Amino acid sequence: MKLGIYPGCSLTGSAREYFESVEALAKFFGIELQQISDWNCCGATAAHNLNKKLSLALPARILAAAERDNLHELVVPCAACYSRLSVTQHELRHNISLRNEIQEIIEAKYNASGTILNVIQMINLYFLENLEKKIVKPLKNKVACYYGCLLVRPEKVLHFDRVENPQSMEKILTLLGATPINWAMKTECCGAGLSVSKTDVVAKLSAKILEDAVSRGAEAIIVACPMCHANLDMRRPEIEKAMGKSCKIPVLYLTQAIGLAVGIDEKTLGLHRHFIPVDLPKN
Amino acid sequence: MSSSAHHIEIDDSLAGKILANCGISVERCYQCGKCSAGCPLAETEMDFPPSVVLRMLQTRIPQMDDKILRSKSIWICLTCEMCIARCPMEVDIPVIMDFLRQESFQNEKTNPEMKNVIAFHKSFLEIVKSTGRLHEVGLIKNYKLKTFNLLQDVMLAPKMFSKGKLHLLPEKIKDLSVLQRIFKKTLDKK
Repeated sequence: MKLGIYPGCSLTGSAREYFESVEALAKFFGIELQQISDWNCCGATAAHNLNKKLSLALPARILAAAERDNLHELVVPCAACYSRLSVTQHELRHNISLRNEIQEIIEAKYNASGTILNVIQMINLYFLENLEKKIVKPLKNKVACYYGCLLVRPEKVLHFDRVENPQSMEKILTLLGATPINWAMKTECCGAGLSVSKTDVVAKLSAKILEDAVSRGAEAIIVACPMCHANLDMRRPEIEKAMGKSCKIPVLYLTQAIGLAVGIDEKTLGLHRHFIPVDLPKN
Repeated sequence: MSSSAHHIEIDDSLAGKILANCGISVERCYQCGKCSAGCPLAETEMDFPPSVVLRMLQTRIPQMDDKILRSKSIWICLTCEMCIARCPMEVDIPVIMDFLRQESFQNEKTNPEMKNVIAFHKSFLEIVKSTGRLHEVGLIKNYKLKTFNLLQDVMLAPKMFSKGKLHLLPEKIKDLSVLQRIFKKTLDKK
């Protein structure tokens, strides 16, 4: 079984461990991941804030390359890239004249075909069936499943899970032996788009998220977005300052949590790359 | 009531342009305020919360339009999409916000207090234009040169490097020329 994958820029840099854990899981479950040839950046927040056509053209060039590579099912682990690629596909699928214009801009044919999957959808479709019997080290911890904004919204484009109280990560974590908490912040924004330019704002938003998770007894936060991870893990000194206290709760990618439960070693999953050490209490 | 009483028309106001360019009628908003209540930044960072921006658009008064384009709100908006998730009338505020930012940027009306936010976006896109992908070291260098925040995040970079999270040199894509033409036909179009 082969799937296309668009890693995006974060997964080759600041979120390397996310890519490492996605690749480790795919290998474990016998899925081959093929990168889109000569992929470019999706343009992220910067492009859609400054120029609409650029914000469609950059993802369209990526998706057109995937079509040329015959990658009809495409996994996009980064929630921000997943959002930009999905919005582009949706808009150019329904607006033919805009699609024609964008095809001229990118100098390539783009049919707006194919399926885009986020990491949870990939897990549900291709790993879940065999997951339970492969678990060797159940995660016996209370966890806060944190989705952030871009995995679930906008609903009319993504049609993925409930916009404010999604459950798909909770189902997976329960299967792994963990106890997901009920909490209020699971789809609140961590502020990632302003991480560099308004660090104080981001620290305040992220502080509210960690505060709620910790106060309800969570021992780890589970994420599926490299922006959320970068903020909650690497920006911890600023967040602790905003909270006015120390906060050492680790932040794991969903793929790392699954990897641990099925017995993949910590190094392969890139746990050593986190700023906040992943010391889960032994329950 | 006749439809003209609702002013649903395409004209030179921002509301008219939003209808023409985004297909969204700002008149659908009935000021329930759920967008402002759910917005993570409305209370602390915005000069006009989203529902107020909508009300200002509805007036179609040029001075109101000018205030919106010069506001902090449009640039501090994170596009977290909570507003559209909760809007009972499905007014697509995130799409409106993108349109307002572009109008503000093209007409050089950006709020001076938001210069770092815009400098970050510009630095980001300059790196993408020059290499095809984002390169974090280049992005931060570009951003610092634009904002003179030379000391920002100096503690972060060495730690990221030691964790294997930073490439010192950018990865370039093979077909850079097409990417540069994409920029020429969009962001850099005069």
